[in-house]
Amino acid sequence: MRPSSAGWAFAGPAVAVLAVFFVFPVIAAFAISLTDFDIYALADLKNLRFVGVQNYIDLLETPLFWRALVNTLYFVVVGAPLSLAASLGAALLLNARAARWKAFFRTALFAPVVTTLVAVAVIWRYLLHTKYGLVNFSLGSLGLPSIDWLGNPRFSMPAIILFAVWKNFGYNMIILLAGLQAIPEELYEAARIDGAGKVQQFLHVTLPGLAPTLFLVGILTMAGYFQLFAEPYVMTQGGPVQSTLSVLYLMYEQAFKWWSLGSASAVAFILFVFMLAAASLQLALTRRFGGAA
Amino acid sequence: MKRKTAAARSGLPATVGLSVIALLALFPLFWMLSVSFMSPGEASVFPPPLLPKHPTLDNYRALFERAHIGRYFLNSLIVASAATALSLSFNVAAGYAFAKLEFKGRELIFRLMLAALVIPAQVAMIPLFLMLKSMGLVNTWIGVLIPFIAGIFGIFLVRQYALSIPTEMIEAARMEGASELRIFRSVVLPALTPILVTLGVFTFLAAWNDFFWPLIVLTDDAKYTLPIALAALSREHVQDVELMMAGAVVTVTPVLALFLALQRFYIQGLLVGSVKG
Amino acid sequence: MIGAALLAAACSREGPDIVELEFWAMGREGEIVPILTKEFEAENPDVRLRVQQIPWTVAHEKLLTAFVGGALPDVAQLGNTWIAELAALGALADLTGAVAGSVAIDEADYFSGIWATNVLHGAVLGVPWYVDTRLLFYRSDILKDAGFDHPPRDWAEWRAAAEAVKKRVGAGRFALLLPLNEFEPQVMLALQQNDPVLREDGRYGNFSSAGQRRAIDYYLSFFRDGLAPPATESEIANVWNEFARGYFAFYITGPWNIGEFRRRLPADLQDDWMTAPLPGPAGPGVSIAGGSSLVVVKKSKHQEAAFRLIEFLSRPDIQARFYALSGNLPPRRSSWNDPLLKEDPYVGAFRDQLERVRPAPQIPEWERIAQEIRVVTERAVHEGWDAARTAAELDRRVDAILEKRRFMLAKAEETP
Repeated sequence: MRPSSAGWAFAGPAVAVLAVFFVFPVIAAFAISLTDFDIYALADLKNLRFVGVQNYIDLLETPLFWRALVNTLYFVVVGAPLSLAASLGAALLLNARAARWKAFFRTALFAPVVTTLVAVAVIWRYLLHTKYGLVNFSLGSLGLPSIDWLGNPRFSMPAIILFAVWKNFGYNMIILLAGLQAIPEELYEAARIDGAGKVQQFLHVTLPGLAPTLFLVGILTMAGYFQLFAEPYVMTQGGPVQSTLSVLYLMYEQAFKWWSLGSASAVAFILFVFMLAAASLQLALTRRFGGAA
Repeated sequence: MKRKTAAARSGLPATVGLSVIALLALFPLFWMLSVSFMSPGEASVFPPPLLPKHPTLDNYRALFERAHIGRYFLNSLIVASAATALSLSFNVAAGYAFAKLEFKGRELIFRLMLAALVIPAQVAMIPLFLMLKSMGLVNTWIGVLIPFIAGIFGIFLVRQYALSIPTEMIEAARMEGASELRIFRSVVLPALTPILVTLGVFTFLAAWNDFFWPLIVLTDDAKYTLPIALAALSREHVQDVELMMAGAVVTVTPVLALFLALQRFYIQGLLVGSVKG
Repeated sequence: MIGAALLAAACSREGPDIVELEFWAMGREGEIVPILTKEFEAENPDVRLRVQQIPWTVAHEKLLTAFVGGALPDVAQLGNTWIAELAALGALADLTGAVAGSVAIDEADYFSGIWATNVLHGAVLGVPWYVDTRLLFYRSDILKDAGFDHPPRDWAEWRAAAEAVKKRVGAGRFALLLPLNEFEPQVMLALQQNDPVLREDGRYGNFSSAGQRRAIDYYLSFFRDGLAPPATESEIANVWNEFARGYFAFYITGPWNIGEFRRRLPADLQDDWMTAPLPGPAGPGVSIAGGSSLVVVKKSKHQEAAFRLIEFLSRPDIQARFYALSGNLPPRRSSWNDPLLKEDPYVGAFRDQLERVRPAPQIPEWERIAQEIRVVTERAVHEGWDAARTAAELDRRVDAILEKRRFMLAKAEETP
């Protein structure tokens, strides 16, 4: 093909928009994170001071920041595997040859994904009500004690994890299902001939065949979970006792409640660094243990 | 070889398993619908009721008359539709270009864009907000739409799909002297139709459900979209479960309906974007 | 988009004759005020008023975001502790001249502690709309049962009463409720001290001073000795039910709860609760000069009409009606002459308390500092910290918050 100026005409507008409204702000965010932009600077830009990495140092010395980081990591480390397990389980069930009404189930299990987060967060806030919520009611009928889901700092993040898993498991389920369907039937047949039971088939045929998809889905889920914000914003406002304060929630409060934009931008970049680190870690682990994936 | 029982062969365990999960997945939505028809205060009793005693439209009436939810619904419709139109205008052409048109730096830019996918959107939001302020676009729908005009994921999606268009077709049209624009309109777009629908559905859903950015940009309650209005309502009316559920129904029903109608495209797009990449 | 804007401009009836005024009101006031403002529009046919209601929980964010975006209204209701912040941004119009020349607004008629919250460096930046001070609501029957026939008048009596009540009601119930999601009780106790909350013109925290440590210790001791439950308001679920149940006998809250208590407590309990001024260290104490003010936005193009709205809402008769509708207490002494207020047994304590109110430090960082106070004391309660440790932590955090202020003040001192 010969070079064509049409290429720039077609791609140019989108790339330009991205450059102006995404790339440039990201660079600007980094610049702002090196200043002490706050409400005084908002009033008069002359009050702005360049502070280098002071924002980052201050954040690392602020207990609240570590609290937010720990909360977010808690959400990621517990929630992501849980969500993946649920997705995998559902995908396996949907993939079972003899299961019935697959199309209906696929739609039903996926439905929570497309619902508006704010709306379902409001629903779940009521379902988790200590006295009148159906979750505690079900626990009660099983003889278990009521839990103050959103008022007890020990159970608030589990409640949010539960909600997030419910909302998202359908998404990865679809992708994993496609991955499962791509595994050749002959491999299962061969394993059966060798005398492998269901569990062994799963471990030696399914998992290795699914590995690349699992890896991709794992990274995407993890990246998404690091960006926890809307759930605590609607359900718990970061509480109780900041037990559900996530890193992005902290950034939001710093930015739009207190207008400490320098500090808020620093939070955003620290989050980005953590996400990169986690993704690289996952990549390294997969290379190490995945073998020829 | 173990012989499967008749039950296992009929898929009963799997079907039962799926039914249980489906029940858990759909129950909150069913409850939302049920409570929205209950009288005020009916849901806050112990034991919590599953069905309304005397179904009533009072909550919906209150929503539309006192809380003006009709206006927010309209706002969401306008914003989501505009976002879809914009996204299709910019991303489809770009996706095609990255797939089929040679231009300097194409591969480099594409790789950079993929790398940029890792950056969370919230990093850009603060400076973007300040940029909007200097352009006078705070508290406008244009400001809300800006993140939707062009998107890396959308370009990627279209590109992956466009790769499968036979290059010979395009070459042949070029030989006949057709202009690039003509080729785009008559050869490429028809071939891309399925992914257009997919991208349209993705964008519409994302714009309808968008929360964080409109929350920051819109200060005038007349301009609120549904998620923002619902969040504000939920802060004011913490005790009014029934009213909030009616609001949730109004917010969730359109996207669920859209999904049900076009799920084939949505799911296909999911896979194109994730598995083949 | 430009076409739409032109169309909108053509369609609005604004012109030299009609002024369109935008007013932001918060919470319940936002729901009530439109009832009153119909009369304002009738009296001022050249003004069309649009009232936007904003929930309190997002009001602070909304105001600042709107300032940045140039989307502030003409008139706004502001919690008076936010005045310093918006003043630092240069968002508020100076009303000194307008107030001086106003017939409807008479400065001397206002409770001085309340009026002071609106004055910064000699400039009047807002007009008080209603007051929100907090004092004791208590169960007189439980108190009498514990051996006290009158509400406590100073700290020692308050402790004694609380201990007596706790002894009487036993395990599973408490003497008083101090919800951990609030900062007002802590701040009130702090304001009652002779040592100020912040020192050196708001440059540093003063929590380690003797008076402030005493206030912190007094507050923490209620939890330490099991007299108050370590819970937030949402954990209590329904405060009114629990008050009726006798879960606690003392509650520090504001005037809106007079109406709520009347409405929600059972009829047979209506003779068993009462209000009383806040006890201070050595006698009737100071309380917080809270409440909302009405401000005019500096960038507003209709400042004259905006001020007219403020004058309207400041008329004693309108304030009395506002009280009847909302339960929000008027900030003017003459408004208190209305029979509704004069004859209400519960508001008497408020009338008394309003002569003894003090504003919180009027600096832009105050809202932030108040949140820190809440967070640190909540932690102190949960982890059993003593007053010294709590004070040290507060000083540390508050000093960090005030660092920019110190810089700004130093800069201002340098320039001649």
